[in-house]
Amino acid sequence: MAVLVEAERQELASLLAGLEPLPAHEIVRQPETGLVMLQGRIGGDGSPFNLGEATVSRAVVRLESGEMGFGYVLGRDREKARLVALCDALLQSESCRPAVEAKILAPLRERIHDEHRQVAARTAATRVDFFTLVRGDN
Amino acid sequence: MALSPGFADPVLEAQSAFRSIMEASARPGTVCPLDSTLAPPAPLSRGAAVIALTLFDQDTAVWLDAPLPGDDLTYWLRFHTRAPVVTDPQRAAFAILSRPEQAPPFDAFALGTLEYPDRSTTLILQVDSLERGRPLVLTGPGIKDRVTLRAEPLPADLPRRLAANRALFPRGIDLHLVTGSRVAALPRSVTLTDEA
Repeated sequence: MAVLVEAERQELASLLAGLEPLPAHEIVRQPETGLVMLQGRIGGDGSPFNLGEATVSRAVVRLESGEMGFGYVLGRDREKARLVALCDALLQSESCRPAVEAKILAPLRERIHDEHRQVAARTAATRVDFFTLVRGDN
Repeated sequence: MALSPGFADPVLEAQSAFRSIMEASARPGTVCPLDSTLAPPAPLSRGAAVIALTLFDQDTAVWLDAPLPGDDLTYWLRFHTRAPVVTDPQRAAFAILSRPEQAPPFDAFALGTLEYPDRSTTLILQVDSLERGRPLVLTGPGIKDRVTLRAEPLPADLPRRLAANRALFPRGIDLHLVTGSRVAALPRSVTLTDEA
């Protein structure tokens, strides 16, 4: 799921298209957008407080064989929520799982990992090591 | 578990269903259409399912009569509406009766209080037909002169129950009679008359 939600909608759509033919499925909960209250804790173990609301889109699909997939993504991209839900359902189906792993998750993971590495590298290039010169007294 | 889908177009379908339910409540005895393609888990009827998806939410406790509580149905209601299913009819905002002829006494449900008459239970009766059955001649607000409503099955002593319910006004329960695709209402304001 962490990999799927980081994907772009176009990316998911084209990767799913490469998986044809998809098993028959229906949408149990139409994609919808709403707000989710985010809670935080001060210092990690303080009392919870409401940080603010985040926009979330969600959808639920069911495959013909009964697997239910849930998709929750930040933002208003309802189509992406549907695609994520579909991937989630496919991942639960024994027959589709290997194909989804190989054709969708693997390339996505690769792409996201690369991006993270690039950002890390760019950040590392600006690193400054602070040190204190020892002043000799004598 | 086979969870059947909710509304295909949640906003428009809920709006048109709400319009029908409101029309039926505003003009007691009028039969209004409830179109949908829902396939709710048995024994919930399609019409009752439309009302459920339109009116229920996390703040409306729901009571189900004897044959209704089942894992499939409870799960379906919770998934689509987030309404809690309760066993105490006094706490319920809505009650769905799949066997209206065996309805518990109306005072088993919440009747509201004089300060808050809206805190009463709305009963949804799943009837087989809104054409057959003994005619009920109604008068009251929202009815020009009088109107005749037929439905079956209904509790045998419905006239007496409705009279008792009317006497409680402004407290009392409201009834919705639903078939698969139509709804009629008997709000607490109706009076049953004998003359035809």
